[in-house]
Amino acid sequence: MKSLRAFRFASPATFYPLAGRLQPLFAALALVLAAAGLWLGFFVAPTDAQQGEGYRIIFVHVAASWMAMFLYCVMAFWAGVGLAFHVRLAAMMASAVAPTGAMFALLSLLTGALWGKPMWGTWWVWDARLTSTLVLFMLYLGFMALQAAIDDPRRSDKAGALLALVGVVNVPIIYFSVRWWNTLHQGATVSLTKSPSMAQTMLWGMLLMALAFWMYAIAASLGRVRNILLEREAHTDWVRHAVA
Amino acid sequence: MQWHSASEFFAMGGYAGYVWGSVGACALAVGIESWLLRRRHRRLVEALRRRSGTTPGTPASDHASDHASDRRETTA
Repeated sequence: MKSLRAFRFASPATFYPLAGRLQPLFAALALVLAAAGLWLGFFVAPTDAQQGEGYRIIFVHVAASWMAMFLYCVMAFWAGVGLAFHVRLAAMMASAVAPTGAMFALLSLLTGALWGKPMWGTWWVWDARLTSTLVLFMLYLGFMALQAAIDDPRRSDKAGALLALVGVVNVPIIYFSVRWWNTLHQGATVSLTKSPSMAQTMLWGMLLMALAFWMYAIAASLGRVRNILLEREAHTDWVRHAVA
Repeated sequence: MQWHSASEFFAMGGYAGYVWGSVGACALAVGIESWLLRRRHRRLVEALRRRSGTTPGTPASDHASDHASDRRETTA
C-alpha cells in the first residue's frame, strides 16, 4: 500500500503542485543556511596561518565543487531510473538537474581559478583535479546539448541517460585525483576516514555553505522540472487546470 | 569577530578581488538562474493560458502555438 502511495507522486498531475509547494521551502532553507554559513565563514572562522584571508574562498569553492559532483550523481540516478523503469518524471528530473549542476561545475572552476591565481600564481594548470572537473562541466554541457538536439522526448531522454550513466565514472576520478596523481591542487579538505585538520568553525562554515547550495539546487531543480512538465504535457487536461 | 574595522573586512588581507569575486560570482549565478527560471515559468503559464482561451479546434492558431510550445529550451 505504502509503495503504491509513493508511486502516486510519479504522476505529473500530482507532482506539479507538490513541487510548487516544496520549492519555496527549500529556497528559504537555502537562504537561512547561506546566511549562517557566510557569517561563520567570514566573521567567526580564524585567519589561515598559510593563506591569510585568501583561504576564505573555500567556503564557496568547496561547496560548489561538492555540488557539481553530487548533482551529477543525482542526474545519473534519475536518468537511470527513467531508463530502467520508463518513468517519465524521473527522466524529466534528470534534465531538470543538469543546468544547475553545470552552473556549480562552472562556479567550481571559476572560484578555483580565483583561488589559484594568488596561491599558485596561475589561473589554470592541466592538473588531474582541475582537468577532471573541466571534463565534468563538459559532460553536463554534452548531456544538455544532446537532449536539445533530439526532438522526440522519449529518444532524447534515452540518449541523455546513456551519456549521463557513462559519464559517472568521472566522478570518482575527480574525487580521488588528488590521491592517485601528484597534483598541484591540495589534498582533500575533509576526509571520511581522518578527523579534519582544520579549525572547527572553518569546517562548520564550509558544511553549512554546502548544505545551503544543496537546498538551493533542490529548489532550482523543482522549479525547472515544473517548467519541463508544463512544456511536455501542454496538451493534457491537468496542465489546463493547473494554469487556469 | 576577526575584524577591527569595516575597511579591514572588505580588504580581506589584500585578497579582496579574489575573495569577493568568488562570493560575487556565486551570488550572481544563483540570482540569474532563479530569475531565468521564474521568467520562463511566467511565460509558459501565460502562453498556456492564451492557448486554452482560444477556441479549441481552430487549426491555424492551434498549429502555431503547438510549434512554439514543443520547442524545448535548455538554457534555463
